[in-house]
Amino acid sequence: MDAKIGVLAVQGNVSEHIDAFLLALERMGHGPSSEVFEVRNPADLADCNALALPGGESTTISRLIDKNGLFEPLRSFRGGIFATCAGMVLMATRVDDPRIHPLGLIDMAVDRNAFGRQRESFEADIQMDGLNGGPFHAVFIRAPVATTAGNAVHVLARASQGIVALEQGDHMALSFHPELGNDTRLHERFLNQLGIAAIKK
Amino acid sequence: MKLEELRFGTELLKRGFASMQKGGVIMDVVNAEQAKIAEDAGAVAVMSLERVPSDIRKMGGVARMADPEKVIEIIEAVSIPVMGKVRIGHFVEAQVLEVLGVDMIDESEVLTPADEQYHIDKKQFKVPFVCGARDLGEALRRINEGAAMIRTKGEAGTGNVVEAVRHMRNIMGEIRMLRGLDKQEMTDYAREIEAPAELVFECAERGRLPVVNFSAGGIATPSDAALMMQLGADGVFVGSGIFKSSSPERMAKAIVEAVNHFDDANVIAKVSNGLGDAMPGLDVHTLRDDEVLQTRGR
Repeated sequence: MDAKIGVLAVQGNVSEHIDAFLLALERMGHGPSSEVFEVRNPADLADCNALALPGGESTTISRLIDKNGLFEPLRSFRGGIFATCAGMVLMATRVDDPRIHPLGLIDMAVDRNAFGRQRESFEADIQMDGLNGGPFHAVFIRAPVATTAGNAVHVLARASQGIVALEQGDHMALSFHPELGNDTRLHERFLNQLGIAAIKK
Repeated sequence: MKLEELRFGTELLKRGFASMQKGGVIMDVVNAEQAKIAEDAGAVAVMSLERVPSDIRKMGGVARMADPEKVIEIIEAVSIPVMGKVRIGHFVEAQVLEVLGVDMIDESEVLTPADEQYHIDKKQFKVPFVCGARDLGEALRRINEGAAMIRTKGEAGTGNVVEAVRHMRNIMGEIRMLRGLDKQEMTDYAREIEAPAELVFECAERGRLPVVNFSAGGIATPSDAALMMQLGADGVFVGSGIFKSSSPERMAKAIVEAVNHFDDANVIAKVSNGLGDAMPGLDVHTLRDDEVLQTRGR
């Protein structure tokens, strides 16, 4: 199946997400019929079988999702969602900040800035459940964590503050930023689970 | 995760933080109340300072880092990132802001320079820095010193976007021009603009600066903000433009939406409708040499 990956382009590091998915698709042997593009309006979602919610400022993104009439279209999106950092905050059912209007697509409660301010941002190699090829080098920037998660959630990695990587159905949510490195294993895993397989040469 | 294996304050974390601000508006605030208004309007971050640039112009004298009490008040009021300004070359003011927990430091020409020869050695810090620039050479010198973000200087506190436009066009135009040069010519150009050749090559290859590039210094309306985005800015800083307008809350929200929809004139028209007065503006040609801020630091 071809990939049609939309990246929500409301605010945040949109271009890094586009580049990371393009790199993942290239490594999976996909050609130009698989695409990655920006999603700005509800109509753009119709063409997507996958969606990325990038990092950025979650209060800003949440406000603009509401303002741009994207809330219900995102909630009823039928493909898989790959959410990092601020995107993870938006996927939750509960968030510790009343300004955020979360989409409620993953059964979890999320705390924003769970590790602290920028000076507490860090890089670390983390072990991830079911990910082959060794630990994942993760970049945490004013990162959130999931403090509780429902039974349908598969936890991929934890820190002492809470869950930092998880899956539910076709969705994946990460506290950290795989799009800031060259390791596309998580992108490839996400696409595989959606039925977007590597193409054998 | 083992705590001793965590790495803090790396180049990737600094540049990564800057890239999270893209497509956003960073607003100058002088107290907790303004910071909350900015946050509720959708600012991605606030810049804490003692006085907005237009008041710094009026006051004259030496403009310094804000009182730590002020910075702490603002940090405690909001959950979005808080930035703070220090004088060019004043690395102790920067050490103080780092200890207070600001998320990014602006080594700013809006304050009175503390060192007319050297900028801060920003690689010594764990906190990321943003610095002003008027052209490619200045931007790359700051990046070489460790800046994780550039903002074009414009002319702060004037409410006049003309200098912001000039500086953005300088940088974007120089990068476009690089694409027609071979490596020897680029090396020669690097020498001419007093920038490291490696960074010039990187700009040519990527067609942009190696770090996020915001616009600052004179943005006063939603159209100004959208203009800077269309000229290639990754986001905008609005200084006096919000809290010196006649209705700051509405102006703040309107500028956030204009940046979000910078290429959609219908939205810009709608958000600009009946906004009240923008901040009073200044013709930059009437400024005396000693009133021009953009020439501080080079």
